[in-house]
Amino acid sequence: MTSISADNIVMHYGKVKALDAVSLKVEKGELFGLIGPDGAGKTSLIKILGTLLLANGGKAEIEGMDVVKQYQNIRRQIGYMPGKFSLYQDLTVEENLNFYASIFGTTLEENYDLIKGIYQQIEPFKKRRAGKLSGGMKQKLALSCALIHKPKVLFLDEPTRGVDPVSRQELWNMLQSLKKEKITILVSTAYMEEALLCDRISLMDHGKILATNSPEGLIADFEKPLYAIRSGNSFKIIKKLKAYEHANSVYPFGDWVHYTDQRDTIDPTEIKSYLENNDTPHIEIKQIKATVEDCYMSLTSKNKSYEPA
Amino acid sequence: MSQPETAFSIYVENLTKKFDDFVAVDKITFNVKKGEIFGFLGANGAGKTTAMRMLIGVLEPTSGKGEVAGYDIFKNSRKLKKHIGYMSQKFSLYDDLTAKENMRFFGGIYGLSNKEIKNRTKELLTHFKMEHIEEERVSSLPLGWKQKLAFCTALMHKPDVVFLDEPTSGVDPSIRRQFWEMIYETAEGGVTVLVTTHNMDEAEYCHRISMMVAGQMIKVDTPQNLKNEYKLDTMAEVFLHLAKGYEKEHAIT
Repeated sequence: MTSISADNIVMHYGKVKALDAVSLKVEKGELFGLIGPDGAGKTSLIKILGTLLLANGGKAEIEGMDVVKQYQNIRRQIGYMPGKFSLYQDLTVEENLNFYASIFGTTLEENYDLIKGIYQQIEPFKKRRAGKLSGGMKQKLALSCALIHKPKVLFLDEPTRGVDPVSRQELWNMLQSLKKEKITILVSTAYMEEALLCDRISLMDHGKILATNSPEGLIADFEKPLYAIRSGNSFKIIKKLKAYEHANSVYPFGDWVHYTDQRDTIDPTEIKSYLENNDTPHIEIKQIKATVEDCYMSLTSKNKSYEPA
Repeated sequence: MSQPETAFSIYVENLTKKFDDFVAVDKITFNVKKGEIFGFLGANGAGKTTAMRMLIGVLEPTSGKGEVAGYDIFKNSRKLKKHIGYMSQKFSLYDDLTAKENMRFFGGIYGLSNKEIKNRTKELLTHFKMEHIEEERVSSLPLGWKQKLAFCTALMHKPDVVFLDEPTSGVDPSIRRQFWEMIYETAEGGVTVLVTTHNMDEAEYCHRISMMVAGQMIKVDTPQNLKNEYKLDTMAEVFLHLAKGYEKEHAIT
């Protein structure tokens, strides 16, 4: 069953086209990721689906209800965690939770089981004001509040923005555990590697969806053989490879350089000797599977505004 | 420079900052060489921002020693500011001004002459292949280009050391890499770069990194040495290992 559907959603802010005919379908219980940098349109799309923003065009439904005509019903059945911490800073942890529970006509006790796994981690601090919590704890509280009324659909707008790797991992563990409850989750992120933690993803750029697929499917669709190269001086390898006549794409990736060639088939030893004959000795080269970030860069390379000629 | 020559661009010994009873930065000691790209890593709340604020001379340390670009951070924090550049994680340009006007503005703040401003603007925009955005209003630029421009403004006055606080958070992957090429080129020109990031892929690009946990600097080394030491493949794994291991050992919640 379809839980979220968007059909040709268009959004303008003045002359800026934030969403350019975006369509997607998310199935019930799916953990679905919107992946893309700032300005891709992720927040606009989440706000439109969460009935907080009216689109200029297109149609969207949540659990079969129209986001414009049935927004009141939808709001009772969705949870929303905005990118910015938006709880009451001068209420305590407990007060915030009780407040959100009462708004939805429920109590903390009634849905305690659902949030237990998350809430227990901050329960020792339940008398502390929300404004005095650490970043990771704030996030757990915000997530608890978004879940307090047992929503069918949960929207999370960049929950891992500016968050360190440890807290990021914790958040994704929490989302994975919510899958058991059959809650549909739509989450946005600019961290490409987080795509792997989703069932399916849409890659977004400049208001458009470039691809929608499972992470594995997306990676399998990567067009060219991808090579990882290193010698200890990536910067130098990049300079040399960019000057190489057959180079298609060259960019750093961790302590490796990722390379694709214009030709369909190549012999990696040829690249190795080119580099080693050009003042970059001890080259290690291997063919690798693409990451989601490689896919994203390949898809956006044809679509770059402001790119110097 | 009239200041005594030191081998290091940043020299820090037992630097400490207390807010009442809370020790935000706890006796950190490290050095950064001229032209080095130094990654400043740590969990949220570990004390990175507090440490950086002391190094750029806007927060007075409680105790310890520190020198940046040859200037004592206790005694010479005013002079120090003329020799460093700083780019904050919150975008710090004027939206209504064009790229060129922003550079002019920051050049003026640093006391450059009109001629210097003109030359330096041209030099930086040409060098980083950004001439085509010169007349663009900042509000119309994508975030990645804003950040590249903010980096240029931080370099206007030819600082010896630049501090970059999460410069690439939320930036498109391709432009993020262009940004790092700018960092590399700048460092090759002898400028020292201290950068914070939560992106562990970027931690790999640094010459050396430091890791802060709960106010203490628990590690300073090259990414490769750290990966070898813990027999891990990536800096992401090293980060998780260090942050979690340390928390467990010291029972921090």
